[in-house]
Amino acid sequence: MIWDNNFAVSVIPLLLEGLWVTVKITLLGTMLAAALGLFFAILRRLAIPVLSPVVSFFVVFVRGTPLLVQAYCAFFVLPAYGISFDAFTTGVVVIGVNYSAYMAEVYRSGIQGVPKGQWEAATALSLPGTRTWGRIILPQAIRTVVPMLGNYLIQMFKDSAVLSAITVVELMATAQAIGSSSFRYLEPLTLAALLFLAISYPASRLVNRLERRYAPQH
Amino acid sequence: MSAVIEYAPLLWQGLLTTILVAVLSGALCLVVAFAAGLARLSRHRFISWPAGVFIEVFRGTSLLVQMFWLFFALPFFGIQLHPLTAAVLALGLNEGAYAAEVVRGAIASRAKGQTEACIALGMEPALRLRRIIIPQSIPAMLPPFGNVMVDLLKNTSLVSLVTVADLTFRAQMIRSSTGQTTAIFLTILVLYFLLSYLLTLLTSWLERRYALDRKALVAQRKESKLMKVGAA
Repeated sequence: MIWDNNFAVSVIPLLLEGLWVTVKITLLGTMLAAALGLFFAILRRLAIPVLSPVVSFFVVFVRGTPLLVQAYCAFFVLPAYGISFDAFTTGVVVIGVNYSAYMAEVYRSGIQGVPKGQWEAATALSLPGTRTWGRIILPQAIRTVVPMLGNYLIQMFKDSAVLSAITVVELMATAQAIGSSSFRYLEPLTLAALLFLAISYPASRLVNRLERRYAPQH
Repeated sequence: MSAVIEYAPLLWQGLLTTILVAVLSGALCLVVAFAAGLARLSRHRFISWPAGVFIEVFRGTSLLVQMFWLFFALPFFGIQLHPLTAAVLALGLNEGAYAAEVVRGAIASRAKGQTEACIALGMEPALRLRRIIIPQSIPAMLPPFGNVMVDLLKNTSLVSLVTVADLTFRAQMIRSSTGQTTAIFLTILVLYFLLSYLLTLLTSWLERRYALDRKALVAQRKESKLMKVGAA
């Protein structure tokens, strides 16, 4: 018998615990990425000398390097300079910063999509910069990017498995630990794959529907 | 920095392995993309349905899970893959599933008139696809393909977790033997960045080379001819 059903059932509670950690990482990471990405997008748009080009380079650099290596950097390099968090926090920060670079691009396209007349109208009404951004531009820009942010959330959910390499005990690390302690990898790894699929497939269906609902209405 | 110079040959070998994995899985990715993407468009349900399941399963689970599954779970079926084989298979199938959606989307969005014109000219379906539909869809596929390839390149770092001695694996080795963490990791970050930057340059060159917009192409040629005349 290749597939041991009793063993498979017995590891499900442990895997669900791992899944819960994965979900927590994804939600916290997405919040961090969404906030930081918006911040980066606005900084780039404001065209502040030195600062904006630095942010632009940072975004391109983060997008051009692997998440795993970034995670290693945060996990092994930062403690050498006296900055150390537990694995979970490091994982959330790394994945959040990584995805903020992608989200910055998404926001940028959203901001660019706001018609020029909106900026001109805000100027004509002599609205201060903060109100132009906060009440005119961003509400319209974010509306169109919500589904894309949803796609990145699902992507992050799957990518968070990489954090098992820096000892974050999420779904993947749990499956691996069960495998190495029982010498049976088939059941935990298959179940982990099914759990990933069980969440990400319906979620991507949902995002597709959001996409249609939030389509720009000009 | 001394560790980087001392261990440069090791890093070089790692870089070559990374490039090897990227090239092999990139080739597999392209084959899978066209096979699954075209199958998904098939009118026969027994062809399009399995392709759909393949695409959703490989896009819906994490690459790392797939790689570990091929490396650790497949032996239970009596199939023991070499780490490099498992790594290339997982990368190629995973990114191939993403690229299959690109192929499907690009072909599905082709103007219907082209297909109708082919039918009017009495072209066989295979010829139609090979000579008309696919060549026309390639320019639309190139930019998203470029993204998939950059993704693939970055994801090659995961093969270090199934003991393939790529750049990341070597860096970890050097880190544990020298303790010079900062220099090593900064070096490989820059190397990965350069690789993905080169890939972006290659994609944009291909995009220009295969642009569908003939007018722009002709104008470009005229310009370069004029420049040659000017130089002479």
